[in-house]
Amino acid sequence: MAQVVVVTSGKGGVGKTTSTAAMGAALAHFGEKVAVIDFDVGLRNLDLVMGAERRVVFDLINVINGVAKLSQALIRDKRLENLFLLPASQTRDKDALTEEGVGKVIEELKTKFDWIICDSPAGIERGATLAMRYADAAIIVTNPEVSSVRDSDRIIGLLDSKTLKAERGERVEKHLLVTRYHAGRAARGEMLSIDDVLEILSTPLLGIIPEGEEVLRASNLGSPVTLNSPLSAPARAYFDAASRLKGEHIPMVIPTANQGFLNKLFGRKAA
Amino acid sequence: MKLFNLFRSGSSAPVARERLQILLAHERSARSQPDLLGLLREEILAVIGRHVSFDPDKVRIEMDRGQSVTTLAVDIEIPNGQRLSVVPPVGHKVTDTLLSSARSQWSNGLV
Repeated sequence: MAQVVVVTSGKGGVGKTTSTAAMGAALAHFGEKVAVIDFDVGLRNLDLVMGAERRVVFDLINVINGVAKLSQALIRDKRLENLFLLPASQTRDKDALTEEGVGKVIEELKTKFDWIICDSPAGIERGATLAMRYADAAIIVTNPEVSSVRDSDRIIGLLDSKTLKAERGERVEKHLLVTRYHAGRAARGEMLSIDDVLEILSTPLLGIIPEGEEVLRASNLGSPVTLNSPLSAPARAYFDAASRLKGEHIPMVIPTANQGFLNKLFGRKAA
Repeated sequence: MKLFNLFRSGSSAPVARERLQILLAHERSARSQPDLLGLLREEILAVIGRHVSFDPDKVRIEMDRGQSVTTLAVDIEIPNGQRLSVVPPVGHKVTDTLLSSARSQWSNGLV
């Protein structure tokens, strides 16, 4: 049974696209058949982060308008044969994205894939509401920072009211993915801790992605971090999150700071 | 350990946490109520508009939340120049008897 997952946040720049690429690649690495869809019409970037920007011929809106078949628009990843990308349109009018059209594309994808991961644009406008519309589950990407947490709360409200599942009286399964987590700064009280974020948003935690140079390096190179530096701390955290999304029980480890001499002396604990 | 914290100015996370908790409690309660005033306005005007014609711009609906009670004030300006007329509801068949009984009520000053 195919699962439709939206990766959303409200706020921009928190790591939705990076997380979509990393989680999609991790699931594909586990042998799942995965399609990632970019819903950011006019500002597509998932193609770039996945290194497929020069292979885009047709896009989501071409498929909706009947200009191209789904099979023509899907781009197969060069590294993982069961990972596919459906890019967003870069030029066309946002209104071309229709609820009915998106519904049809997702229905067709469901017959071919195990996972359909929808990379939402920032904001709460049409693109974002359509990206979540048909979701069975949601990954809410949050940075431990006030504006991101506030926007995540707003998005959680929308997931509970504006999705097809919510309107039918069912629930969209929600998962919190905390990204750009800096254990040292949280331990020093400079950054909201995982406990703070969980208490405020009261949503189950899917994973904690530590801040790491490998994430930026991976997008520079156009490769999901889970493929580019699979042994790095952020990649391992994404692999764990992907396993949890599949329903496996992987114990959650809150990243700890590399303790300095003074901190060790004072017995300080991370988070 | 605590003493060590005192000498540290970086502890801003507790402030962030408290500000968020207060803000989100407020925003969540606002979100759970649909636009009550908008809904009331729409329905009240629909009912009144069925019987009297008025200028929708000359309508004021205010809700005043007090400590123990909330008052709802509806102020609709009906022009004197025009005769109060009974406008049949759209999409409904109004029988002559209903119309005439409504008219007599108007003229008797019952309404």
